[in-house]
Amino acid sequence: MTRIYKHRLFWPLVALAALLLACSIKRPDILGITVLDGHLFGAPIDILRNSAPLLLVALGMTLVIATRGIDLSVGATVAIAGAVALTFIASSDQPGSLGTALGAIFVAVGLCFLLGCFNGLLVAKFGIQPIIATLILMTAGRGMAMLITNGQITTVTSAPFSSLASGFLMGLPVAAIIAYGVYLVVSILVRRTALGMLLESVGINPEASRLAGVKSKTLVFTVYALCGLLAGLAGLIFASNTMAADANNAGLFIELDAILAVVIGGTSLAGGKFNLSGTLIGVLIITTLSLTVTVLGVSPLVTSLFKAIVVIAVTLMMSTRLRTMLAGLRERRRFQEVSA
Amino acid sequence: MKRKTFLRAGIATLSVAAMAAMSACSGSASSEPAASGAASETISIGFSQVGAESGWRAANTKDIQDTLTEANGFKLSFSDAQQKQENQIQALRSYIAQGVDVLAFSPVVETGWDAVLQEAKNANIPVVLTDRAVDTTDESLYASFIGSDFVEEGKRAGDWVAENFKDKEINVVELQGTTGSAPAIDRKEGFEKAIAGSDIKIVDSQTGDFTRAGGKQVMEGFLNSHDDIDLVFAHNDDMGLGAIEAIQAAGKKPGVDIKIVTIDAVKDGMKALADGKINYIVECNPLLGEDLAQIAKKVVAGESVEKRIVVEDAAFNQEEAAKALPDRKY
Repeated sequence: MTRIYKHRLFWPLVALAALLLACSIKRPDILGITVLDGHLFGAPIDILRNSAPLLLVALGMTLVIATRGIDLSVGATVAIAGAVALTFIASSDQPGSLGTALGAIFVAVGLCFLLGCFNGLLVAKFGIQPIIATLILMTAGRGMAMLITNGQITTVTSAPFSSLASGFLMGLPVAAIIAYGVYLVVSILVRRTALGMLLESVGINPEASRLAGVKSKTLVFTVYALCGLLAGLAGLIFASNTMAADANNAGLFIELDAILAVVIGGTSLAGGKFNLSGTLIGVLIITTLSLTVTVLGVSPLVTSLFKAIVVIAVTLMMSTRLRTMLAGLRERRRFQEVSA
Repeated sequence: MKRKTFLRAGIATLSVAAMAAMSACSGSASSEPAASGAASETISIGFSQVGAESGWRAANTKDIQDTLTEANGFKLSFSDAQQKQENQIQALRSYIAQGVDVLAFSPVVETGWDAVLQEAKNANIPVVLTDRAVDTTDESLYASFIGSDFVEEGKRAGDWVAENFKDKEINVVELQGTTGSAPAIDRKEGFEKAIAGSDIKIVDSQTGDFTRAGGKQVMEGFLNSHDDIDLVFAHNDDMGLGAIEAIQAAGKKPGVDIKIVTIDAVKDGMKALADGKINYIVECNPLLGEDLAQIAKKVVAGESVEKRIVVEDAAFNQEEAAKALPDRKY
């Protein structure tokens, strides 16, 4: 029992269950899934689909944080990906064709990969502190996106592109299949090979791992490039969700949500050991939180406060020191009762 | 080691040169009107826009930039606050420091402007509010407010609902604009006023931040937590367009199974209205550039101006939208 209790994912899972429970109390059948027009439909499916962009971003963020780094530019990258893809589609002769949509996806993801490489270059090659290196793109990126869209909200109609977020494959949302598929591939890649261990060694002590023969610079470069690529993919799903490229608001503060998901998942910002399943739970908590706000009918005036309280509660529950203190208090009380 | 120092020195020299070049450019740009002898007549305006959160805002920005041109005798400094009050206050302060002739801005929220407006007043720079009002006790802090009457817009949307669903019990969900912003507060108030006393009931109300993504996500939540939604009232078109996506994903027909009423009448909204996915749109006219130009000229000339200028708004049902669509400018 105590082993379950002490598992680092126990409290995040409790928080997730509590949020879902709160929704079910207000509305008992909310977690039901029905079949509608040949695909699954219901709140859990919405959560899976809406969590897709954040999961992709948080996945890249976890690996970057594992190497002692941080990537603040993912939100701007999300905006750039959407701007590039939709501008590409809007300027093509056949906006509705599959070829155009694939071209847009390829160009946008390719560009975001290059942006990730730029971050990687600054951090790994020139040794600039990650927070500063990625701050450059965070600030400049939205400006670039605005430049691409001409300050307008670019909207297009393209059935193939819109299926990226709204489509269904085998009854499941395409966005979720992409995000969770990528998550699975990356998890297997880092956990079934030595890659994960090497990343952790770089995060724990870059110099020692370099001396031990780990190519730490290449590894660091790769995680930033991958993070950019994943953010680009997230940006495509985000843009496809509404078929509009909003340079100002697309992916706004997603970097903070991603960092939060990573931390809730039990990965330390100091680098080293990382936990991908924890990140997944963190992402689900954050996405479910938005649904809970709507279902419970929390007033818009206090929405941010409500969210903050939930986050504080989760992080406090996870704090080992706080739990030790509480246990100490209980012990003392028991001792006083016995002596009295 | 030595090479590195050289490199750094080189970079430093380059950046200084670049800066000098940039300031030289801007210098020549500002001296241009002086050469043509029109410098004294050119009115410099500092304009702080809320952001680019919706199609409406984009149309509004474009109209202001197209009207306040140098050819029309204006020198416009434009900045985008990205929906943040602190950015807007910062922009206003920098315009005051530059000593522009007129300050104009669309306040992102209603409150918290007294200090910066007082600074403008102390510097003798008249302030024109566009589109959104501020909540202040001292009306002398601004010269004029140009914009639509948001309460009236909300009321007209509510009137249409009340008229078309007379004596019927219908459940309405509301997609509110940015919490605390004037259009969100006023449109809500106007709508509630119009449906008061009828059997129309607002069963849920939540903010979608005036964005499509926001409207879609909140609407998904509404559809999950209510079985019997008859009508959506969205404070702008973009949230309504997001709601359409959510309704379609839930296997219902927007405009038929769930009626949609919005405010703004931007192009995408009008298209959806003509396609039958939206049922009624109250216009909120974004073409404020001409009014702003007139007011700016008057205040600079020292003439008195009206404190409140209400912009003409139309309203469209589905047939009217199909007719009006080909000539829409925005």
